[in-house]
Amino acid sequence: MSLKSLKARKDDLSSPQRQLELLSEGIFEEGELPTFRDKISETGHFPLKPKKLEILQLNLGYMCNQVCSHCHVDAGPDRKEIMTKETMLQCLEVIKNTGAHTLDLTGGAPEMNPNFKWFVQEASKAGIKDFIVRSNLTIILANKKYHDLPDFFKKHNVHVVSSLPFYKREKTDKQRGSGVFDKSIKALQLLNKVGYAQPESKLKLDLVYNPSGAFLPTNQAAMEKDFKKALKEDFNIDFNHLFAITNLPISRFLEYLIASENYEDYMYSLVEAYNPAAVENVMCTNTISISWDGWLYDCDFNQMLDLKVNAKVKHISEYNEDLLNDRNIIISQHCYGCTAGAGSSCQGSTI
Amino acid sequence: MSKTYYDPADLRKFGEITEWSEELGKKFFDYYGKVFEEGALSAREKSLIALAVSHVVKCPYCIDAYTKDGLQRGITKEEMMEAVHAGAAIESGATLVHGVQMMNKYKKLSM
Repeated sequence: MSLKSLKARKDDLSSPQRQLELLSEGIFEEGELPTFRDKISETGHFPLKPKKLEILQLNLGYMCNQVCSHCHVDAGPDRKEIMTKETMLQCLEVIKNTGAHTLDLTGGAPEMNPNFKWFVQEASKAGIKDFIVRSNLTIILANKKYHDLPDFFKKHNVHVVSSLPFYKREKTDKQRGSGVFDKSIKALQLLNKVGYAQPESKLKLDLVYNPSGAFLPTNQAAMEKDFKKALKEDFNIDFNHLFAITNLPISRFLEYLIASENYEDYMYSLVEAYNPAAVENVMCTNTISISWDGWLYDCDFNQMLDLKVNAKVKHISEYNEDLLNDRNIIISQHCYGCTAGAGSSCQGSTI
Repeated sequence: MSKTYYDPADLRKFGEITEWSEELGKKFFDYYGKVFEEGALSAREKSLIALAVSHVVKCPYCIDAYTKDGLQRGITKEEMMEAVHAGAAIESGATLVHGVQMMNKYKKLSM
């Protein structure tokens, strides 16, 4: 696993344009596989339109203490893109007036934003029903200044969603880096200790499973059962739900697919597993994703591909929910990742 | 590129066998799909059985398919290798149990 982002390595694939070209060339250009547009047109889903906005997802920056081999953000310690306090203030205005019931903070490691705690304090006053922070867990142990995060999350009734690719050390460390598994386990125990995922507790702790390789996730409920059993027996860890998320063929996961000569097979798997029922509930139909510099996107993946919303308003400074809800969602072949099998979203399976 | 009898990409075309015999092909794939559904045995258990049999019948397509299937189901590599050994043990046992026939014949022919 490389210790640098694609961007720091000046790799071709750090360019969103190059990624989009790759996703439209070869098997899709030659008609061996249908484009996503053609596929959803078969069932009358083109153009894809939003439904009611439910989730505002804010990306607080691409800086992260980890360099995971599958990361669609291309995050890492060398990424300097960080949301400023000024943009956060604009976000707070939107949060106070939104019809969305969920606020979802992500990154990178969102906790590494220097204004993270201030922002959480302010945003938690807005009365949002479900306030999610996507934590990579190891950040809690990475530095003394983060040690109080479990208590801080508890104080603001934050719903913690954490990545743990597998309940065994080997697969987790291969994907996320050496030592990540042990630190993740320790962090989960600390979250349990302050009350997360405990009986009678309102504090929610969900885990994210994503396959550590060129294969799709299986049944989420079956996987949750396996995770719960193993984590309880081996480490006395409790959590609420497991979200099974499919790796989308962009950024570092795309790099891996190409380097390991799995790209074509993976795209075949995604297209073969295409499920029209999953199209009904893709997350871009109920989410707006906001980047560190305030641009608006249909989802976090489109953000990384620099595909800004197809609406009159494209920036948080001119945010207008009615205009946004009237847009057509931008699609490409990466979207097959969200419509395979039981569907995939930041909230796990969609059907 | 050297020509070989097996091409990994052919696995994707498996469904095409139905084109030359629709009724039999369809019956086979319906049956196949039904076999691997959850039943008295879990789909997970059946996946491991399929992996073991894939090795015994030495089908490279099946090995590719059920290794991937196992990964998707969260089956560990230790479980997969034990399944392969279970298949191998039966296969070698099937050879060795014929040793009794050899012994019988030996004894019958010997004074």
